[in-house]
Amino acid sequence: MGYSFNFGVIWARIDVFLLGLALGLALALAALAIGTVLGLAAAFAAEAGGVRRKLVAVYVSLFRNTPLLVIVLFVYFGLPQWGLRFGKLESFILALAVYSGAYLTEVFRAGLSGVPKGVIDAGRAMGLKRLPLLWRIVLPIMLRNCLPALGTTFISLFKDTSLAAVIAVPELTYEARKLNAETFRVAEAWATASVLYLATCLLIAAALRFAERRFPKF
Amino acid sequence: MADFLHQLWIARFALTQGLILTLWLSLVSIIAGTILGILGGVALTYGGRLVRWPVRALVDALRGIPVLVLILAVFYLLTFAGINFTAVESGLIALSLFSGAHMAEIVRGALSAIPTGQIDAGKALGLSSFRIFALVLLPQAARMIMPVWINTGAELVKTSTLLSVIGTGELLFRTQEVIGRNFMTLEFYGFAGALFFLINFAIEQAGRVIDRRLAAR
Repeated sequence: MGYSFNFGVIWARIDVFLLGLALGLALALAALAIGTVLGLAAAFAAEAGGVRRKLVAVYVSLFRNTPLLVIVLFVYFGLPQWGLRFGKLESFILALAVYSGAYLTEVFRAGLSGVPKGVIDAGRAMGLKRLPLLWRIVLPIMLRNCLPALGTTFISLFKDTSLAAVIAVPELTYEARKLNAETFRVAEAWATASVLYLATCLLIAAALRFAERRFPKF
Repeated sequence: MADFLHQLWIARFALTQGLILTLWLSLVSIIAGTILGILGGVALTYGGRLVRWPVRALVDALRGIPVLVLILAVFYLLTFAGINFTAVESGLIALSLFSGAHMAEIVRGALSAIPTGQIDAGKALGLSSFRIFALVLLPQAARMIMPVWINTGAELVKTSTLLSVIGTGELLFRTQEVIGRNFMTLEFYGFAGALFFLINFAIEQAGRVIDRRLAAR
């Protein structure tokens, strides 16, 4: 039984694959945006101490220790039972966002602890109020501290978007599986998907290295 | 609630089987991954170009594609190549490759953090290369690796849920079967989530205890 490669099948649908890739990137970006808001809020809440810190610890521990696939299925198939019905895309973004929020909380807490006390004191000495101090001094330094970790989080979120295939979101993995099932071009389908994922991850990593050089550390 | 407990009682054997398979899959893939990772890490740190570059390419490729794609690719490609592995077997291969690639990077990090002077000292004492590795480098690297290793273990328990997609009867797959029968989606996904949480929480806490022990020394 010989097998001859036929990448023509892939080439005929390359637009579908690239659209799937773009959808994966969009899902990851949306989740990162919401996750960043959640993570920042949680990181600052934890800073306040007391009950809020405990609540943040529970949130982080809960979502870091639960498999993403279970969260995705819970949101998409389970929540409608409580009357919370979302579309496929919204469900997936929501699941990925709360999941990433837990990881980002840790990232931001580490970044926050890397802001030198002296800088905050200097800001206070200049008469900056709480909010301007936070917005113009603490946040920029903190975000710069977090840049490498934010980048790796984005890359792993992008890879996690492959799980959306399980709830039939037409992203890259879904398209590869579909091609695999419809044409039996097994090797071509998975080689293409792997190369596209790999190339995108490498590109993001390169962009990140560029950004790190462009914005030198404080 | 009473209804849920009743359904849970009916599903007890299926879910227990799933739980055992999940634990077994995680255990085997972390052991296989550790062995692969040590080999890969040594190759990356001390190998010549001819060894280092192919290993580097393989490790980067395995880390750069999503695990789900790796699992599906291994599953379909093996079947397609005429090698008849069960879903559990091909799942284990995929998980071991995945954890091996990550472990290789971790091992490389730890090994390259050990000053080269120690290797020289070992040579000066007349130790063979293997003994230098086993008696001088490995114990120190192992201590550095421990926290990350435990984290990887917890990560693998979570990743093993992806094997439900290729029909491996682990906990999530069994849960889906149960839901297919009684339609108690929220309750049973919640229950599976809670079980996974408990397993990983236990691993996390055990990791903390070990960290403290190591730090105390």
